[in-house]
Amino acid sequence: MIQRKEHEHWDICLTPDRRLFDIPLLDVWKYRDLFALLVRRDIVSFYKQTVLGPLWFFIQPLFTTFVYVFVFGNLAGLSTDGLPQFLFYLSGITAWNYFSDCLIKTSTVFRDNAPVFGKVYFPRMVVPLSIVAGNLVRFGVQFLLFAITWIYFYFQEAPIHLTYAVFLFPFLVILMAFLGLGMGLMVTSLTTKYRDLAFLVGFGMQLLMYATTVIYPLSSVPEKYEKWVSLNPMTGIIEAFRYGFLGEGYFSINNLIYVILFTLIILVFGVLIFNKAEKNFIDTI
Amino acid sequence: MATAIEVDNLYKAYQLGQYGTQTISGDFQRWWMTKVLRQEDPFLKIGEINDRRIKGESNVVWSLRNINFTVQQGEAFGIIGNNGAGKSTLLKLLSRVTSPTRGSIRMKGRVSSLLEVGTGFHPELSGKENIFLNGVILGMRKKEIHRRLDEIVDFAGVEKYLETPVKRYSSGMYVRLAFAVAAHLDAEILVVDEVLAVGDAEFQKKCLGKMNDISKNEGRTVLFVSHNIQAVSSLTNKAIILDSGELIFKGKTEDGISKYLGLKKTKSVEYRNESGEGIVSVSLKTSEPNNIHRFGQKFSVEIVVNLPQTGFKPAISYQVFDEFENPVFHELFLGTEHNFETNSGDLKIISEINNLRLYPGDYYLKIHYADSFSKIKIDTISDVCHFKVEVMEALRDYYWQPGVAKYVEKGKWKVL
Repeated sequence: MIQRKEHEHWDICLTPDRRLFDIPLLDVWKYRDLFALLVRRDIVSFYKQTVLGPLWFFIQPLFTTFVYVFVFGNLAGLSTDGLPQFLFYLSGITAWNYFSDCLIKTSTVFRDNAPVFGKVYFPRMVVPLSIVAGNLVRFGVQFLLFAITWIYFYFQEAPIHLTYAVFLFPFLVILMAFLGLGMGLMVTSLTTKYRDLAFLVGFGMQLLMYATTVIYPLSSVPEKYEKWVSLNPMTGIIEAFRYGFLGEGYFSINNLIYVILFTLIILVFGVLIFNKAEKNFIDTI
Repeated sequence: MATAIEVDNLYKAYQLGQYGTQTISGDFQRWWMTKVLRQEDPFLKIGEINDRRIKGESNVVWSLRNINFTVQQGEAFGIIGNNGAGKSTLLKLLSRVTSPTRGSIRMKGRVSSLLEVGTGFHPELSGKENIFLNGVILGMRKKEIHRRLDEIVDFAGVEKYLETPVKRYSSGMYVRLAFAVAAHLDAEILVVDEVLAVGDAEFQKKCLGKMNDISKNEGRTVLFVSHNIQAVSSLTNKAIILDSGELIFKGKTEDGISKYLGLKKTKSVEYRNESGEGIVSVSLKTSEPNNIHRFGQKFSVEIVVNLPQTGFKPAISYQVFDEFENPVFHELFLGTEHNFETNSGDLKIISEINNLRLYPGDYYLKIHYADSFSKIKIDTISDVCHFKVEVMEALRDYYWQPGVAKYVEKGKWKVL
């Protein structure tokens, strides 16, 4: 044992026990340049590898919307609350895509970055944060598509109108980001130990989409199921999104408070698990 | 001088095979015992040695056990050990990639680790973009990198290709750029693993020079891990030796290297013929333990032959071959030139060379045994007594480029 001078100041102290709430937030701030560069890298490397570049951001929601209009709108004849089908599905897809991108991409952080994480230390949290921020660009482009479509339908005198809830839009985006991030962090932390969880994410997200009001409005859900569909926080977010921009949808303050609490709990829980996993994950992955 | 790193009572355990206790109930039991009741982990058995040859009883291996040492600021500190001794584990702990199982590490200042060249390089991005990305990954601020950009580019010698994606770089350029970034960071502690294994001799020298500069002139602390004894001895002045996860030496690098070489158990330097005829045995005495020979030191070969009858005059010789099977020199013993009793039985002779000036490298012996009158060969053995020549004082390291010579002569020079 070394006789330690107690007054000595150490910048870094590595011990086996990290307290549960000992989250290196200050460290994340110190690495803000890394955050910025990672966001940039993700966007730039996406452009560089493709012929159509950012056009892909448009193509995916556009084609999905066409298919939904055909299958769910025309063949199945599902209600769209009297809204133009195209705009109804596009609004749902745009919002859902951002949430699911955040979740899916953060859910493989440990696995994808194992080579770098195994060689050098930096606060791991920087990577999922940069993914969520990078996805904002993609979301922005898709939202632009939605906005253009909205203007088109507006001048076609479709029954749509903005409501005061539109001011909640930035807030809704943050909620989606945090919800996706929180769940993604949990998944990636658990997959360092239990690999099988990764398979669950792919098809779980697909199933979850059908439990969310992406392809149908909440008003068309039979009463006995309505409570269950509303428990899904993404339902509240998408409904508020539609209510704000299209004037139709289920929106209540109580539900919004529920969504906020749900999101915060998921986020805090995700951060705690992630923080615990990052210490030693390289020994197991 | 102030302490820069303090490693106190450090342990690191790894799980073999399946991670976890394999069952959720086992995981839960461990969590309950260690975190809630704050007791010993029931699944860890302390005291097992990290030895891959012996299968342990539990599936936990202690990569590091009870490691204690301190490093002073501005010191160049070496970590020596065989494969599997725990060097890489120690480096991973020091660079915060993973955390200790027990004990603690305390450090002053920022740590930048160079465990692998080009960590986080993205092939699609240009050299310049990668300098920044790599720099920030290693913990620098963007403005710091800006300030040192010219130096980095200069050191790497990639000025012309700064805007080219690194996927088009030659591997040499790639390595140079990566090292340059890491070496020019302002971190107070630099942890360097075997990065010098890559790159050509000239670049290796440049890197060593730069690291020397970092510790001696800039007052930063360098931790250096290598198999390359020459590099460790020329760069560091203090060192520790790890063996099977335990610290078996700490002190001056010079003493450490002697001790380390003594640990190595490789091919035997002895040859023994069980039948007792012809060449009975050959043994080599190198300056260092086992089969390591220090350049310029005393070297001897002991040969025992069986004389078939009384009055027999043997001719015995040995050739030294290098690793490319080229004979380097030949030493001959003629029984007719020496006075000794020639009864039948074993004859033991020794050949001594006071300053063996063989070039660093791997060598082996070939021994010939014949009748010195009739010239009839009795026995020949080849490929025995492998030994290695090393240079410990790496002064004038330009002198020791591989392939410059096989033998170094020490003649006299005069100015006329």
